[in-house]
Amino acid sequence: MTTFILKRIFFETLPTLLIIATLTFFMVRLAPGGPFSQEKSVTPEILENLKAHYGLNAPLHKQYFDYMKNLLRGDLGPSFKYPNRTVNELIANAFPVSFELGLYALLFALLVGNAAGLIAALCPNTKSDYIPMSLAMLGICIPSFVLGPLLVLIFSLWLGWFSVSGWDFPSDRILPAITLGATYAAYIARLTRSGMLEILNQDFIRTARAKGLPEYKIILKHGFKGGVIPVVSFLGPAVAGLISGSFVVETIFQIPGLGRFFVNAAFNRDYTMVLGTVLFFAILIILFNLVVDIILVWLNPKLRFRE
Amino acid sequence: MKKHEKNFSAEEIEQGTSLWKDSYERLRKNKLAMAGGVVLIILSIIALLAPWIAPYTYESQNLELGATGPSKAHWLGTDILGRDLLTRLIYGSRISLSVGLCATAISLLIGVFYGAVSGYYGKKTDTIMMRIIDIMYALPFTVFVILLMVLFGRNFILLFVAIGAVEWLTMARIVRGQVLSIKKQEFIEAAISIGLSQPKIILKHIIPNVLGPIIVYITLTIPNVMLLEAFLSFLGLGIQPPMSSWGILIKEGADGMEEYPWLLMSPGIALSTTLFSLNFLGDGLRDALDPRTYKKQKPYI
Amino acid sequence: MKTYNHDKHIKFSFLLLSVLTLMTPGCRPKIDPVEHGNHKQILHIGNGTEPQDLDPHIVTGVPEHNIISALLEGLVAEDPKTLQPIPGVAEDWEVSPDGTVYTFDLRKNAQWSNGDPVTAHDFVFSYKRILAPALGSEYAYMLYVIKNAKDFHKGTITDFLQVGIKAMAHDILEITLENATPYFLSLLNHYSWFPVHPPTILKHGRIDERGTKWTRSENFVGNGPFVLDTWKINDMIIVKKNETYWDADNVRLNAIHFHPIEDERTEERAFRSGQLHITGSVPLSKIEVYKEKKPDLIKISTFLGTYFYRINVHRPPLNDVKVRRALAMAIDREGIVKNVTKGGQQPAYAFTPPDTAGYTTRTRIPSDIHQAKKLLAEAGYPNGMGFPKIELLYNTSEGHRTLAQAIQQMWKKDLNINVKLLNQEWKVYLDTVKQQNYNIARAGWIGDYVDPNTFLDMFVTDGGNNDTGWSNPEYDQRIREVAKISNFPQRMEHFQQAETILLDQTPIIPIYFYTRVYLIQPNVKGWYENLLDHHPYKYVYLSKK
Repeated sequence: MTTFILKRIFFETLPTLLIIATLTFFMVRLAPGGPFSQEKSVTPEILENLKAHYGLNAPLHKQYFDYMKNLLRGDLGPSFKYPNRTVNELIANAFPVSFELGLYALLFALLVGNAAGLIAALCPNTKSDYIPMSLAMLGICIPSFVLGPLLVLIFSLWLGWFSVSGWDFPSDRILPAITLGATYAAYIARLTRSGMLEILNQDFIRTARAKGLPEYKIILKHGFKGGVIPVVSFLGPAVAGLISGSFVVETIFQIPGLGRFFVNAAFNRDYTMVLGTVLFFAILIILFNLVVDIILVWLNPKLRFRE
Repeated sequence: MKKHEKNFSAEEIEQGTSLWKDSYERLRKNKLAMAGGVVLIILSIIALLAPWIAPYTYESQNLELGATGPSKAHWLGTDILGRDLLTRLIYGSRISLSVGLCATAISLLIGVFYGAVSGYYGKKTDTIMMRIIDIMYALPFTVFVILLMVLFGRNFILLFVAIGAVEWLTMARIVRGQVLSIKKQEFIEAAISIGLSQPKIILKHIIPNVLGPIIVYITLTIPNVMLLEAFLSFLGLGIQPPMSSWGILIKEGADGMEEYPWLLMSPGIALSTTLFSLNFLGDGLRDALDPRTYKKQKPYI
Repeated sequence: MKTYNHDKHIKFSFLLLSVLTLMTPGCRPKIDPVEHGNHKQILHIGNGTEPQDLDPHIVTGVPEHNIISALLEGLVAEDPKTLQPIPGVAEDWEVSPDGTVYTFDLRKNAQWSNGDPVTAHDFVFSYKRILAPALGSEYAYMLYVIKNAKDFHKGTITDFLQVGIKAMAHDILEITLENATPYFLSLLNHYSWFPVHPPTILKHGRIDERGTKWTRSENFVGNGPFVLDTWKINDMIIVKKNETYWDADNVRLNAIHFHPIEDERTEERAFRSGQLHITGSVPLSKIEVYKEKKPDLIKISTFLGTYFYRINVHRPPLNDVKVRRALAMAIDREGIVKNVTKGGQQPAYAFTPPDTAGYTTRTRIPSDIHQAKKLLAEAGYPNGMGFPKIELLYNTSEGHRTLAQAIQQMWKKDLNINVKLLNQEWKVYLDTVKQQNYNIARAGWIGDYVDPNTFLDMFVTDGGNNDTGWSNPEYDQRIREVAKISNFPQRMEHFQQAETILLDQTPIIPIYFYTRVYLIQPNVKGWYENLLDHHPYKYVYLSKK
């Protein structure tokens, strides 16, 4: 197992990150408008000074190698948009917030999604299938930019239970987590249902049943393990997405998370910030896909058998 | 009914055709699925006939009128520029349905095939293919869209490219996960042992057996795609006002949901109706195509 | 096999959902921030976005201004109602008869927040800093009115002694200008003219080093009525009353909390639930609601800015002035401000906002459909026949989109011209406009200071923000001459002539004059409306009521 992980880090992860960094580096620079373009345009002299300060007037390949050299030391460079901050600092500041929010949202999504999916799968084409699944579909239909304000209107402004925005009190986590998690819960519910249905009709479940094993044991021990495979595949990128923040949810609830930087850095042409957030996200993606692959092996004994 | 996967001989192909026939019969008996299909067909017809059935033109304004609730003249009300919402909804369905259809088709074609190949061959192939997905997943989407627009100009086709480019990634991962889990099952190993060619195995045995999650994921993807289209249109890729789509109408409606709730309700209902129909049809299709689930409407009774 | 009890499942899922949604509603503070603030003299302001920095010589935006003006004070301050210059760090000043030499007497009791006195040398240091090429200040041009400042900034002279800034004594500062500049004193209230504390700057880097850590809350030293206390990125900036400020006795607020709320709907909800005293804006759909139901909470004040469309004068058919004028005249500006923008904006029939430092344009581009049709026919497109397809460019935003659609319809209905709308992401849009790769493009201009010059010097040939390709030697000459005239009526006459040329040639279509629309709690006192939307915080206080 350890060699598998180590091999994966050295022979797969590092080259992947290198490719991502390189592609992103050139992509952002290709996009029209630089970090310093604005409505009241800057005179050519000032623009030159600014470019000189950030090393943007050097030949592109030199900029690239300089960036890579710093990257090796873990230095993501200064932010262009926020001159007195480094990218490392901005990410380090915002990630814990997004991580916390993402975790709650994930918890919500897994709890609600799995429960609903399981219930539906156990009694397909009955009330207890249609009701949770219809709710799930509503969850997918209602985008977070509708759900968020709606929850705020009902629970904050109308009932007065929560603050409308901010990140100061423990209760400030609830509405954003539900808003962020709702779509994921709906996805998980749908995927769990179909995965479970698939498994529950397989031979080994029938064998188990014929053996007279208790139903809950069959479902939880044998059924669930196989039934959640599609959910697990889905969760890899989904978890990375959840904990790296959401632009929409953070904007609606005024949360100082990382999600806003992903979008704003691109809009601001904050080159270093774009690269920083992309690489950070890439590491998360690769990490969680690795975890997913390990779980897939664990869930599927036949794969393990071969290894 | 005996599991069809276990007969690998030449008869299998004949049985395959009867399999499709059986599936259709089963689908026809599923009332919900049929209702879903009918609703989708009606929606498509409305979209196609938009210029003939829409009560107004989609751009004609009445600034003095402004946003008004449903009335006799405007069944679904008007927006802040005094445009008839019903008309805009009908025209919007053209964009949204076609975007949903095309982008899903792209993600389906690429994602399923890619995922199946990756999962089936495994080892190095799988590693490289999956890392490519990781790379694509990590690249900054906003910048990608801006570049697309700058390099190729504004073009409706690009909208599909951009949406397809992101939507197939998760699909590929899901399919791969499924394939990994079934490829070691007896019927696949048996198929290999009787010497069926690999593309044939993937097409005839692997893909049909992962259809369930695929169909589910598609039905989830379509509303997503419709909303993504609104985001892309805001970035300047995609459609330009005064033309509209459901995604854009929902976005605009959400902005004034307290003051003009009808502007959010109707496009929201349109999108939900489509999604529900798709889901019923999707579930029906899945059940119909999978002979195992067919037998038991109430499996544990 | 046992039958499953479906109802049980439903009950279970409902229970789960309700537990999740009903969790801990109790841990919210009982009293809302506004009420708390009213008692403790703490003002909560919705401040748009996270400031880039708090360095007055580096930043460029309004949110930054709102914070910096609490932390630093320039030579002069401004009257909160009229914006007239009043004594700031300088107690008094004298102007030479030709209007080019200003001598400022600094007050003895002006102090930095660490107790150091504010001296004339600090100002010399500050102006040297902002003019240093390596700093890359984007507002350095604001100081170009000073003699030789431009040359120093461009690097043609390197000796700062030649620049017209001198500390005659510890407390006497002399500034020599290039030309007599009647609006000079009002310039001094722009943050680019604010002083910085030299020892603090030098402690964290060179004089011309960009992005050092001196603006962090633990390092910041200022001379304004407030000091920086807390800076949480994207969350909150807190400034507290500065006890060393020379006029601290008259400062009534104890603290100001700046909330960087980008989404105006979130901001409005925060205001509604008592989290904010003042917002930065109001969502379009809410303006009507507040005007009708809570008119005492909404404020609309005129603002020194113009919303207009640029026309690329090199692109046929727009190279024909008749076509440009026809397009400009076919816009129903009254209808737009009444039914589309709705924020109390004034329809713009000229470019410079009315009564800018006593100047109101006498020429106007009327809204006149009949005349517009006639002009279009004269240009060779009777009833829009044969008119090529042109595009109207705007940057992505709800307001611009709505307005563009309304104008597109007006042109279609009245002139029978088809215009295609084209929206672009902000920086792409800026690039397209700079490259003059457009037909008609949306634009806005906010004055830097109260003088027609900030509007009209923009359209000189090859001006940095002209971007229309329009060029007129006579216009250039008027604007060039105006810099050397100090006689008020003569100066205004030059502006009149220049703007008449501009409007007759129509390289731009003025649409409306900006207003600032915002929400404000009635407890906020000492907050006055003015053209630049400046609100010196030392006059602001909260009534308990």
